[in-house]
Amino acid sequence: MNFTALSFTDVLLLMLGAVLTENFIFSKFYGCCPFLGVSDKPDKAIGMGMAVTFVMTVSGAVTWAVYYLILLPLKLEYLRTVAFILIIAALVQVIEMFLRKFVPALYNSLGIYLPLITTNCAVLGAALVNIQKGYGFIPSVCYGFAAGRGFTLAITIFAGVRAKLEFADPPRAFKGFPMTLLAAGLLAMIFSGFSGISF
Amino acid sequence: MAKDNAEKYSFRGLLGLLKKGIITDNPTFVQLLGMCPTLATTTSVKNGFGMGIAATAVLVCSNTLISLLRKFIPKQVRIAAYIVVISGFVTAIEMLMKAYFYDLYGALGLFIPLIVVNCIILARAEAFASKNRVLPSAVDGLAYGLGFTFALTLIGSVRELLGAGTFLGHEVFGSWYSPAIIFILPAGAFFTLSFIIAGVQKVRNHFSDKQRLDRLSNIEETSDIPAYYVRNEIAETDGDSSDGSTAPDNRQTERTAVENTDGNGNDKTEAEGGKTL
Repeated sequence: MNFTALSFTDVLLLMLGAVLTENFIFSKFYGCCPFLGVSDKPDKAIGMGMAVTFVMTVSGAVTWAVYYLILLPLKLEYLRTVAFILIIAALVQVIEMFLRKFVPALYNSLGIYLPLITTNCAVLGAALVNIQKGYGFIPSVCYGFAAGRGFTLAITIFAGVRAKLEFADPPRAFKGFPMTLLAAGLLAMIFSGFSGISF
Repeated sequence: MAKDNAEKYSFRGLLGLLKKGIITDNPTFVQLLGMCPTLATTTSVKNGFGMGIAATAVLVCSNTLISLLRKFIPKQVRIAAYIVVISGFVTAIEMLMKAYFYDLYGALGLFIPLIVVNCIILARAEAFASKNRVLPSAVDGLAYGLGFTFALTLIGSVRELLGAGTFLGHEVFGSWYSPAIIFILPAGAFFTLSFIIAGVQKVRNHFSDKQRLDRLSNIEETSDIPAYYVRNEIAETDGDSSDGSTAPDNRQTERTAVENTDGNGNDKTEAEGGKTL
């Protein structure tokens, strides 16, 4: 197993990059469906962001372990997509049951968003990026966490913008989804400003 | 029921399915599903088209297999079963592309394995393939796949033309044109899609207005209520129905189109699902 050697600073920069310069929504487009769908209310957006961060962190650890401890020794690398999506689906189920049983408060706030996460491409995307870039275990978990934070940041800001958009009076053809997309485009322009910072 | 089935297998019925998937119920422009690949892979015509065809291949195969297996999949685990079927085909397509279209494989990157979580494919499996026989399911998959390909190619064309001044890599405008690079950047994806969907909504508003006017003239001819009163009432309801991203007006045309028995209810949940997924 050859992992890209990363020092502590590298991991920190990797995390900062995942939040700002390489934001999952605005530069990679992973997770656009929930970003455009669940962002109409700020509290909903924060709930979704927290749930995604949680699942991404855990799935970063589990998919890493499954890939390097099971698939690679058995030379089944080509099954990674199938394996990862099943792991994520199962994980979401387990997390949901665990939270309902042991942390009801958290379950009440995140519960309804959990089933939606299985088909969120941000989660699968983060797991695949970890493998593609050859990160070790700790960077994989940190990357999953940071990418989830980036997702939360984006969706929360966007929910705030959309709350203001409710009062706008656009041309009839632009009502609804096109207006949302325009606002997202403007936010993406702002985030592309971060790409000037090179780590 | 028998008549329904006969109609479903007729050439016209299948053609109706194609028209529904590509135009009236286009997965990208009307149902607003599968936004991630739509925004991410349309930096050029070639990438958009390639992504569309890859998704179409997966969609046709998965719809066919799920339709074949529809009697054997227990209802409780159906989503998991669909995901396994879909991810199997995605893996196959990924390997084929790696072997025969390596450039495209490199350009699309992680979005090929991410076809697994494309909501369009899961939506068609759940809403159509799990309830219909093999031939209509395959045609339905092809129709929605082509609709998706058409949308991606269109967005890719606009972005490549404006952002690079080229089409399929050939220079279109003369040297006087300085490309607006913003259209290649992520922000341009949002802007392009926004304007195209606004155009689509404009056309749909036009048709729904026409429908409403027809209804109005019918009411005027047949009822005793003064016309100005009816007109006011219709103007009031107008605002409610035009804001949605999913058109209630489509229901009318869908009812006449060939569809499974509870097609209307399905389409509604499907469109709502697309918003939340």
